Parts: sequence; C-alpha cells; structure tokens
Amino acid sequence: MMNAIKILAPGGFTTVQDKGRFGYQQMGIPVCGVMDTFASACANILVGNDENRAVLEITVMGPSLEILTQMDIALTGARMGITLNDKPVEQWRSIRVNPGDVVTISQVQEGCRAYLAFSGGLTVPRIMDSCSTYVGGRIGGFMGRPLKKEDILETHDAEILSRPRALPDRYIPQYPSNAVIRAIPGPQEDYFDSGLTALFERAYMVTAKADRMGYRLQGTAIPIKRGMPASIVSEPSMPGSIQIPPDEQPIILLVEQTVGGYAKIATVISTDLSKVAQTTPGDTIQFEKIDLKMAHHLYHEEKNKILKIKALCLK
Amino acid sequence: MPRVFKKPVYRLAGDRGLLVDFGEGIDPGVNEKVRAMARALEKQRLNGVMEMIPTYRSILFFYDPSLTDPETLCNSIEIVENTLEKNENQPVTIVEIPVCYANEFGPDIENVQKAHGLTLEEIIHLHSKPEYLIYMVGFTPGFAFLGGLDERLHTPRLATPRMLVPEGSVGIANNQTGMYPIASPGGWQIIGRTPLKLFAPHRTNPFIYKAGDKIKFKPISKPEYDLIAQQENR
Repeated sequence: MMNAIKILAPGGFTTVQDKGRFGYQQMGIPVCGVMDTFASACANILVGNDENRAVLEITVMGPSLEILTQMDIALTGARMGITLNDKPVEQWRSIRVNPGDVVTISQVQEGCRAYLAFSGGLTVPRIMDSCSTYVGGRIGGFMGRPLKKEDILETHDAEILSRPRALPDRYIPQYPSNAVIRAIPGPQEDYFDSGLTALFERAYMVTAKADRMGYRLQGTAIPIKRGMPASIVSEPSMPGSIQIPPDEQPIILLVEQTVGGYAKIATVISTDLSKVAQTTPGDTIQFEKIDLKMAHHLYHEEKNKILKIKALCLK
Repeated sequence: MPRVFKKPVYRLAGDRGLLVDFGEGIDPGVNEKVRAMARALEKQRLNGVMEMIPTYRSILFFYDPSLTDPETLCNSIEIVENTLEKNENQPVTIVEIPVCYANEFGPDIENVQKAHGLTLEEIIHLHSKPEYLIYMVGFTPGFAFLGGLDERLHTPRLATPRMLVPEGSVGIANNQTGMYPIASPGGWQIIGRTPLKLFAPHRTNPFIYKAGDKIKFKPISKPEYDLIAQQENR
C-alpha cells in the first residue's frame, strides 16, 4: 500500500465505492456501491484492475487531486472534462501520472456521475466485506463520508501498464437527457390499473430530489387501484424498485435504501440502473415494459460486453 | 382466520429479485413461518442467491441471474416448505436493553403522559414490561420493527419531525416502539435512551439482536446510564 492521491478540492460529492455490500440488508445495511456499474467496470479495466476494485464516484462537479506516486488512472462515465497539469486529456482511456502531477476534473457536461480508477484500486478499511461508502450510516469508504480537502488516499501495490489502454468508441455510452429505461412490472403491479398505462406511456421528469437513496420523478399521476390499501406491510426494496407513495408520483429506489412501505409498480432492470445513474434533474425518463426473459437476455449481453472489453484491453 | 398462505405467493422484483409472501399482514404466526423458512433455506445454501432478506411476511431473494432463475428458486423453496417440520420449537433469545427514561433523554415523555393521563412511573412500567418481538430489521442499520406495544401507550408521531434524533433514543410512533441505532432524522416521541451501542460496524458482530429475537427494556438510572455508556465507549 502507498499514498496515491491528495485531495486539493473535493468536488460536489465524491465517494469511494466498489460493487457494494451484500449480505447485510436484513440488518438494515443497504447495498451501496457504484451507481453506474458499467462505467466503473470500464475505468478499472482501463488501468489493469479487476473490475470490482474501489474507485471514486464523482457527482456533477469534479475534484482536483495531487498525484503522489506513479500510476495509471482512467476517468469514465459522465462527460466532465479532465486536465493533467492544466492540459486537457481524454476520458475512457488510461492516463499515466507521476508524483507532483495535478489532475483536475471539471463540471459535468453530459450525464451525472463519473468514475476515476487508479492502478491497484483504492485501499480503505473493508467494513462488512466492502469498501463502499454508506454516507447515511457513516461507514465504509474513506471515514464513512464524502471526500474533503487534504484527504490522502492509498492504493494497493500494482504494476503500471506496459502500454496505454483505450475503450473503442463503439462501447462508449451516450447519456441523452431523455433516457429510455426498461422495467419489469411488479412486485405489486396488481395494485394498479390505469397507473400501469401511465407509467409506460408517459415521460417522467427527474426532480431535484435525486440521489443515491432514490430518484423522485414527476409526471402523470399513478393512482392506486380502487379498493387497494394506500400502503403495504413494509418489505425490502431492490435497487430499481419503482415505489408509488400517496402523492402518486413515482420514486426509483436506489442503492442506499433497504425498505419500502408503499406498493412498487415495477422494477428497473439491473442493466439500465447505469442509465438511471446518469440522468440528472430536469432530464426525462421514458419507461419501457419488458419481460423477465428479455431482461435476463440483456443481463447476459451486458456481462459479455464487459468480458469482450476486458479481452480487447488485454490483446 | 388463518393468515399463513397455503402456498407461498411469488412476485417478481426485477431481473435479480424474487419476493415470496408467506402470509398476510403483521402477525406473529406468519412471521414465525417466514423465519422458519429462512432458517431452513439458509442451511440449503441456494446456488446463486446473494442475499436472503426475511421481513414481516415475506422473503426477498436477491439472486445472480447468471447462476439461477426464479423457476429454480421456486422449486427449492417448495421442497424446503414440504419438509419443514411443524411446530419446530426454536428457542427465543431475549435481549435486554437498558433504558434511562425521561431526564434529558426523553424530551417527549410529557407528551405521552398528557395524551394518556398517565404518571411517569406508569409509562415506564407499561413500556418496560412486555417482551417485544423483532418482526424485522431494516430502514437504517439495526433499526428493529417491534410488535407488542401496550395500547395505553399508542401516541401519534410528532407534528414536525426532528432534524436529528440522537443515537440510542427510544421512542413511540402510533402502535410501534423502537430504538434509533444511529442518529437520524425522525418523528417519533422520544421517551428515553439506551447507553448500549446498537450498531458497532467495527465489531465482528455489529449487532446485538436479530429478527425473531425479543427485546426487553430495563429501566436504569442516570448514573447507571453513564457507567454503561463509558464501558461501551460512547
């Protein structure tokens, strides 16, 4: 382990995340982890890491950091603009950095969350089998909180790349401000009738209340069917559960949520959670209904895509 | 009326979640069925199940679609259900939670007194007498959903929730009572505080209770509170 970076400016909301914390939801610990699993996996692969290593999740406004050791870094996800010693460098490719270098990531231009990976991956104490920051519970990541100025983070020892890596353009996702998000009806689709039609036919706007706990949307009201209770017996939620509270406006529950007490009309498929993560207040979401078979097909396709990218980078 | 379903009801929760309901409503019998199934299924170590989350009346299976699917899971669940022994007598763990009522720790105990015309002693007695069943844990780390609050203590939530309820606070909201393992916003009527650390992420076992255990509150004095708090390093 070695000191790798010093935070000169923390950015808007920058946290250490890995793939998440599993096995503790029954004790009220949410999964947490990166919101955009595709972009973070790519960032890791581009610097030669296993795709689940701890990275920085950067939200809307980027940090500025001083490099303390020679390594490779890669920035993926939202288009933000990145400079190395004031010279612009590109995203979605490895960047060799040396002690004394200053890396500055600017404001978001497209998307919402960017991922910065480092050779070897960030080292933080593992809490309940994960490096992910759970801000609400003040645990995990770097001291259980978003990064601050003067924080010094370590990385695992790792070899630097023998030659630079870049992700082919065809794999770089677009983050349009009108996202199409696929979802499977349920678990409580029987609580709704006209609401199901509204959900899948109308567009919903992302409101300012959108964070790692959930995205509150605004649009055509989704009423509970006549004769059904307004709430359900509290039950666990999944990242992607679309819950309908009494104000009849949908909330997509995300990675820092464990329990919901309202009926869930549909669930965003895991493959499209990365797309949700890249929407920002004012964007619109159009939900598209798909079935489980199709969703599992897309899940395998996404997994294969990551394997292909890995193979391409190793070639 | 039997509240446990004859056959479990399966619901899809996206492409990685299967929600299985074992009965209706908030009911100790239904919850015992959930826990018996969870215990039996845990022993099976189902392939591809990343997490199994038992709650009031259901279990959520968080699975990896590259290793399993709902059909396979349903089959395993049915096999386990058919071999589940009836009236399996599971010993119940009772976890004692010391609470310093009133004082500076229970700013809302007067609200509860006024709402019901009870004395301080009566409230403490009614609250600390029952053994409360933990139906489920969730919402925040270690937050226990308890059943069995005496009707004479049912009190509505505060009109305006507090921005921050201190760690360890013990409160009442309608027909529920509960503890705040971490400081968080909340609208419960706070009547006391426990000096125990209910969530200690750095301990091997971060929690001192689990779903299915029972909670018994034990009234303690301020000096006793201070002593335990010191031992707990709070």
